[in-house]
Amino acid sequence: MSVMNKSAKKDASPILSVRDLKVHFPISSKGLFAPDRQLKAVDGVNFDLYPGETLGVVGESGCGKSTLGRAILQLIPPTDGQVAWLGKNIVGAPHRDMQPLRRDLQIIFQDPLASLNPRMTIGEIIAEPLVTHKPELGKEEIKARVKRMMARVGLLPQMINRYPHEFSGGQCQRIGIARAMILEPKLIVCDEPVSALDVSIQAQIVNLLQELQREFDLSLIFISHDLSIVRHICHRIMVLYLGNVAELADRDSIYAAPRHPYTKALISAVPIPDPEIERNKERIVLTGDLPSPLSPPSGCVFRTRCPFAKDKCAQEPPVLERVSDSQEVACHFHDSI
Amino acid sequence: MNKSEKTALLQSAGAAEEIEGRSLWRDARIRLFRNKAAVGSMIILGIITLLAIFAPLLSPYAYDQIDWGYIQEGPNWENGHIFGTDGNGRDLFIRVLYGARVSLAVGLLATTVSLIIGVTYGAVAGYFGGKIDSIMMRFVDVLYSLPFMFFVIMLMVVFGRNIFLIFVALGAVEWLTMARIVRGQTLSLRRREFIEAAHATGVSNFKIIFRHIIPNVLGPVIVYMTLTIPQVILTESFLSFLGLGVQEPLTSWGVLISEGAKVIEASTWMLIYPAVFLALTLFCFNFIGDGLRDALDPKDR
Repeated sequence: MSVMNKSAKKDASPILSVRDLKVHFPISSKGLFAPDRQLKAVDGVNFDLYPGETLGVVGESGCGKSTLGRAILQLIPPTDGQVAWLGKNIVGAPHRDMQPLRRDLQIIFQDPLASLNPRMTIGEIIAEPLVTHKPELGKEEIKARVKRMMARVGLLPQMINRYPHEFSGGQCQRIGIARAMILEPKLIVCDEPVSALDVSIQAQIVNLLQELQREFDLSLIFISHDLSIVRHICHRIMVLYLGNVAELADRDSIYAAPRHPYTKALISAVPIPDPEIERNKERIVLTGDLPSPLSPPSGCVFRTRCPFAKDKCAQEPPVLERVSDSQEVACHFHDSI
Repeated sequence: MNKSEKTALLQSAGAAEEIEGRSLWRDARIRLFRNKAAVGSMIILGIITLLAIFAPLLSPYAYDQIDWGYIQEGPNWENGHIFGTDGNGRDLFIRVLYGARVSLAVGLLATTVSLIIGVTYGAVAGYFGGKIDSIMMRFVDVLYSLPFMFFVIMLMVVFGRNIFLIFVALGAVEWLTMARIVRGQTLSLRRREFIEAAHATGVSNFKIIFRHIIPNVLGPVIVYMTLTIPQVILTESFLSFLGLGVQEPLTSWGVLISEGAKVIEASTWMLIYPAVFLALTLFCFNFIGDGLRDALDPKDR
């Protein structure tokens, strides 16, 4: 599945380049004259995304995964940094310049039912992007395209006049995918698209996304906390911790040889479906909770929970370092641990 | 079965008849029509409305016609004064129906005005949030703090007594609460994912407000509307009772009740008939509002 994309991606130029992206939220403080504090949800993220590639974004709750996805789409205005879409920076772009780009950038949400307007029929929901961007098509053509897309994502086209509450969670997610796909975008941000579904449905949705990716040469940013699904669908994986990139690597490298202590802990927590191995495998258990993003630790943000932390970690923040052709790690001691 | 076959099959299935969906509105309608009190109220209100519309055809007397032979006489089926006559010898039946015209018209018009202004204002304030919201809602607070009677008397002094002023005054006051309700609902809606999806698609703010937000706040709005109508009718009656409302010979339920109250010992019928009509109408609107609330929000019960 990934072979084709892997070979294709190296010679193509990235469709999306994110440089030093920061999203800080001002938190109003209690005192009248005390300055506002900054919640650093995303704090300096860099990566490239190539056509037809799936980038997995993993990390625990509150590490800035969803904020990153929304900041890329400019749904949350980034505080600083660059998001270059096809070589052109779109951060702070005026509404008029952003509008045509919205065709190529779409999003799928976690909660399938909440992402559909309960007062609209699914036909109207799926047609909305078409009506917005291609009003010249006319009613009949739009309806025909909606029906074609419904069939493509595995919905019966005669359900076009039904309402979201008449569908199951998996079907609602298919509707969400149809809405995102109808303009044939180049990039879809999938914000935990399968977390709210049960396992058998998860597989169907993931397979559907992969089929669509191959058919339309889509790039996906796949936000998830489920490492098994990420391993199944993603070509490259980015591990986020407290708004910072801990490790960014090819899928195979990251699962075979994680270099960052946080990634190691995450990978060791993935259950293996063999009781013998599962019982005997070495697990790295992290202690403590995610520190508050309002007051992140100095230096390396992971040092408070890192079993290998040394003095240097408290003093200077590690930069993302290329350790091999396909792997980048942000850790001072990635060689020694 | 491979992919293309599956798609082809689905597409051929698509050629079949489209299935009609059951919208939330239709579900609500079905639930509303199962509510006996609400259905009964709708029938009674319908009858009162029809009586008001066809009033001139229902009585041999005109609303301002004085019957010198029967001044302040009780109900009498033989001479056609079925509700009796008032102190000026005018037929009370036709006057109650003309009063219904004024009262219902005030209720509906003032409520419509408050609906249009309040919903738009509240949705805009809630949707944009932040500073715009603060400024818009503080303006509402300022208007709220204006004493209503003072406001009406000021209008009367400046523009003279006029039925349209009542509409304006009531509409100008009633939309404030509506705006607050809609704003609150909008605040909770605008963070929902389907609004975000619309943003991501590039739908304009105007369309998001009118296509996504307003249809979803309409439930509580309709309920509040059915409760506003009786409130407006009552306020109009109150103003008329004080002599600030409609002018003679035109009348409203408030005026009739006011006149009846003065002669309650001598001629009870002058108070009872308009009072019964007013109370019945208010009951009906409240029952319909109750029924609508249950129908639109089945989880709430």
